[in-house]
Amino acid sequence: MYRQTEIINDASQNPSLGGSGETGDLIINVGPQHPATHGVLHLVITLNGETIKKVEPHLGFIHRSIEKMCESLSYRQFIYVTSRMDYLSSHINNHACALCVEKGLQVEIPPRAQVIRVLMDELTRIASHELWWGAMAMDLGAFTPFFHAFRERESINDIMEETCGARLTMNYIVPGGVMQDLHPNFQNKVKAFMQLYKRKIHEYDELVTGNIIFQNRMKNIGYLSPEDAISYGCSGPTARGSGVSCDIRKIYPYEIYDKLEFDEVLETAGDSFARYMIRIREMQQSIRIIEQLIDNIPEGDFQAKTKAVLKLPKGDFYSRVETARGELGVYIVSEGGTTPYRIKFRSPGFSNLSVLDHIARGSKLGDLVAMMGTLDLVIPDIDR
Amino acid sequence: MSKEINHKEPSSIPPSGGWGGYIKDVYRGVKSLLVGMKRTMYYFTHHKEIITQQYPDNRETLDLPDRFKGEVVMPHDEKNEHRCTGCQACELACPNGTIKVITQSVILADGRKKKAIDKLVYHLELCTMCNLCIVACPSDAIVMAQTFEHSVFDRNELTKILNNPGSKIMEGVE
Repeated sequence: MYRQTEIINDASQNPSLGGSGETGDLIINVGPQHPATHGVLHLVITLNGETIKKVEPHLGFIHRSIEKMCESLSYRQFIYVTSRMDYLSSHINNHACALCVEKGLQVEIPPRAQVIRVLMDELTRIASHELWWGAMAMDLGAFTPFFHAFRERESINDIMEETCGARLTMNYIVPGGVMQDLHPNFQNKVKAFMQLYKRKIHEYDELVTGNIIFQNRMKNIGYLSPEDAISYGCSGPTARGSGVSCDIRKIYPYEIYDKLEFDEVLETAGDSFARYMIRIREMQQSIRIIEQLIDNIPEGDFQAKTKAVLKLPKGDFYSRVETARGELGVYIVSEGGTTPYRIKFRSPGFSNLSVLDHIARGSKLGDLVAMMGTLDLVIPDIDR
Repeated sequence: MSKEINHKEPSSIPPSGGWGGYIKDVYRGVKSLLVGMKRTMYYFTHHKEIITQQYPDNRETLDLPDRFKGEVVMPHDEKNEHRCTGCQACELACPNGTIKVITQSVILADGRKKKAIDKLVYHLELCTMCNLCIVACPSDAIVMAQTFEHSVFDRNELTKILNNPGSKIMEGVE
């Protein structure tokens, strides 16, 4: 903490530490223990009065060296660690890793496993967006929506608990298919959830979307132009709010996404409200995908036959999926052994965080929470 | 700092214009707040729609699904026999050294020597409930239990020996 104090004393005079040399600059720390950062994110903010001049994220508080850990784990084992990266879309992380290993193994995935994977991905996406919606509204001072969001999320968690055996870190998608077959209750429970969701979705708009205080705090806040979204490497709802078409499910379809009917949600306003509306509308597209699949789960194996010990051929393999936050890329370099030589995760949160400094400059400190909320940051995903 | 700081003027929604527009904005704002309050009042008066569970008071009736991954256990039958052959597949499958199989050789009735487990040590404090050991086990000797209240006062209590003292392998399990 001593070093931090030094920075605060010197920074306003020292250009290399973010100060402009002008008097009147104030440097404050938001986090690493701050309720609005949703985790251990440390932001050093240079302020002029109440206007933000600079936001500097300091990372590494929850760095667990997951990439290095994966190098000592076999191709079956390393998938469980990736549930701990973006813990709100753990199924989709597992999916990306499984796809990459399957690309190296050249195995055909049974159609039943493909459908189960897509169903789980979309359920996870809804659960993730619902938690985001509740937390986002709570950041802006509305406490009730949090409980409304958790009510729907709870029924998804129940479905996951019954089929995968866990509520957050599932480790359900494995190379070759899925770990266990669907629970007999799965279809009924998903249908019951969709009925609940359709009955309750108007509450989201009544409580938050239409609220005048909420709209005033979101509209024209944190504008991100499409050019900047591309140059900063943003993906997912953050970039789609600026009108950049970047849905991996549409551009590079994996599994059965090319056979499904759904729209890529796009908004052109580029402000916080546009990013908010993207996620609200994306949940409805996920419901649409689930509706198409839930009655058409093909019979058959849930796992392809693979060897007991997986060995990838020499070479490098890359796969990408669309998580709830954007594009997740998994890059495996193999030397032909049972463990990867090098693994690199391209996480969506890291690129989305890098744009925070750009969109926050010139706006007020109170709006920073709204911007951070709409970027949907998950800190373990950024640090890994 | 070579980059110029672009000061954007923070702006809010402009009023629709004039006094009429101002009153319209106030009306719309108040209406949106009332719509939200109506939803809150609905739940205030409809107690049956509240789904809060009274944990831990409902411990007896709490029903967890069969597949819930709480803890690795080794089921024994009434004759104190388990199904573990000591093949160490679970130990190899575990990503972080949670399971340690200690084997011994026992002499059977017909004089043959056979590998059997002495102890199956399970470190609950290291376990991430990834289910890989259960999948790897060829003889279904270990299963996941549905317990989830694992807090203890001493960390050593989390290291468990899964096979009961004096237990032996079931007949017919190879």
